[in-house]
Amino acid sequence: MSVQAVSLPRAERFIGHHPVLSFAARRILWGVLTLWVVSIVVFIATSVLPGNAAKAILGKNVNPREVLALERELHLNQSLWGQYWYWMGHFVHGDLGRSAASILGSNSHESVGALIRAPLGNSALLAGITIALLIPLSLLLGVLLATRAGKWIDSLVSTSTLGAISLPEFVTGSVLIWLFASTLGVLPAVSLIGPGQNALSSPKILVLPVLTLLAATLAQCVRMVRAGMIEVLRSDYVQAARLAGVGERRVLFRYALRNALAPSVQVIALNAQWLVGGIVVTETVFGYPGLGQLIVNAINLRDIPTVQSVAMLLATVYIALNIVSDLIIIYLVPKLRTAQ
Amino acid sequence: MSTTSVAADSLPKIVTARRGRMRFLRFWTSRVGLAMLVFVVLVALLGPVFAPHSPTEIIGVPFANPGSGWPFGTDFLGRDVLSRVLYGGRSLIGLSVLATIGGYAIGLPAGLLAGYRRGAVDFVLMRGVDVLLAFPPLLFLLIVATGTTESILALVVAVAIILSPGLTRIVRAAVLDVSQRSYVEAALVRGEGTPRILRREILPNILGVILADVGLRLTYAILLIAAMNFLGLGLQPPKADWALMISENRIALSLQPWAVFVPAIFIACLVVSINLIADGIARSLGTSIEALGGEAQGR
Repeated sequence: MSVQAVSLPRAERFIGHHPVLSFAARRILWGVLTLWVVSIVVFIATSVLPGNAAKAILGKNVNPREVLALERELHLNQSLWGQYWYWMGHFVHGDLGRSAASILGSNSHESVGALIRAPLGNSALLAGITIALLIPLSLLLGVLLATRAGKWIDSLVSTSTLGAISLPEFVTGSVLIWLFASTLGVLPAVSLIGPGQNALSSPKILVLPVLTLLAATLAQCVRMVRAGMIEVLRSDYVQAARLAGVGERRVLFRYALRNALAPSVQVIALNAQWLVGGIVVTETVFGYPGLGQLIVNAINLRDIPTVQSVAMLLATVYIALNIVSDLIIIYLVPKLRTAQ
Repeated sequence: MSTTSVAADSLPKIVTARRGRMRFLRFWTSRVGLAMLVFVVLVALLGPVFAPHSPTEIIGVPFANPGSGWPFGTDFLGRDVLSRVLYGGRSLIGLSVLATIGGYAIGLPAGLLAGYRRGAVDFVLMRGVDVLLAFPPLLFLLIVATGTTESILALVVAVAIILSPGLTRIVRAAVLDVSQRSYVEAALVRGEGTPRILRREILPNILGVILADVGLRLTYAILLIAAMNFLGLGLQPPKADWALMISENRIALSLQPWAVFVPAIFIACLVVSINLIADGIARSLGTSIEALGGEAQGR
């Protein structure tokens, strides 16, 4: 991580003309490449391994003609590469194919795309609210604890967050349901959403899932912000700023936090990424109708097209979040722009 | 290879195992953690010996409240909660330890090679690591479960694969640091081969880093395997398993909370105790689990 951009040879200086832009381009290219590898893994894992999807859908005692018809419908009669390119080609064009379950139910020829739309919105809402609360809370609590480093409140919170950091969501979720739904009866235990409605129409159902996800993510973020802040607060320039008579709040938020931000953004981004998988368990705990529940149900029904589509969608979001967080860090820490 | 070894003594101090052995017990949190861990592991290992009933025997009505003969009540089929809890720890702990060992079997050699050989080997290995880290961990498990119809072996292997890339990165960074030191240069001059240098010179000197990492890796394995069991995509009924018990009995959380609480408390104690110990080890080695975490936790 050198800061010696000046001493770069002429050719490299030319290539790195727009460091941020070229970094972004490289990251996005790498992201697309990764996504392609992910798609192959997803496809191979769900198609090659034992068990013919058509037979799995139709059950054991079934007319071979029906199996053949369904195989044609799902393009299972083609070679593996043929199947992959067919699936991938349509996926890239936004056509997610048809859910295997809907192919069976002859009345509802529902595409996976239509099947995914409502859960996608619900999951995005759940994760969005969590992140919107996570960012200010972890920054605020982290800074607060850093200024009280070594005091009893700091060691109390540090120790208890160390415990909370690793509690499984289904444990915290169950305890929250027991406390707020079974015992106090103030919040619903199950997040039911009627057809045609979305989660916002009954905001009460969002409270416990969001709390569960916050419990799983906040502890690590607070610890990280705190650790970064403590390090920065010890540095010379913070001392200098204090000696120069700069107000403490200004020192904290203008000088120290800005420099502690890079690791903080990184850990918050990692936790936002973690939410992509984390919602799966949390949604199952609360019966919240999002992508997580959709994919778990699809796995149980062996509805391969739906599994593949939701998996690719979640992987895309995961990789995109990774790129976005890298770009934010590059933006926040100019020093890094000259590295590489 | 490095160009000079003169500056070896001015390199930052590295973490070695000898300095840290048992030093983590200085912290009261670690002592509490160790006591909790010993208790939970003893319950899991010896529990079946003391269980009053068979884990699958139906002894009463479903969701009976605690009473004589069943101190924590019965579960959704009328089986003894206490007996199932006493039986239900082996699978979670055993599978997680297996997966962690598997993760080390993949990640450690890869990290050693990448850090020591550098060049093309390093480049290829680290791009592989990047791809693996680009996978949402739980999603990877779900995909594998779809393809292999809930095979436990596949679950353990998949968790091992998830654990390995973060480990490879940590080991590689430590090896990069160590391999510039004078004793490695000396071994090179003596004409020793790569396997011997890795085993005799480098591995002992990065043991501290590995030691501090084991706890994080194990916690992560436990969380992933417990999540899969909870989702019904890991161990299958009628197997007694703490995570499975929570998912089976949570419909009656208001009627008979003990059937959920007792296994939940054991899972919580297990992960929290390992974390407390890992924190102590990391602190006694002069680093923190924040420094090791992040990448390692995969979140």
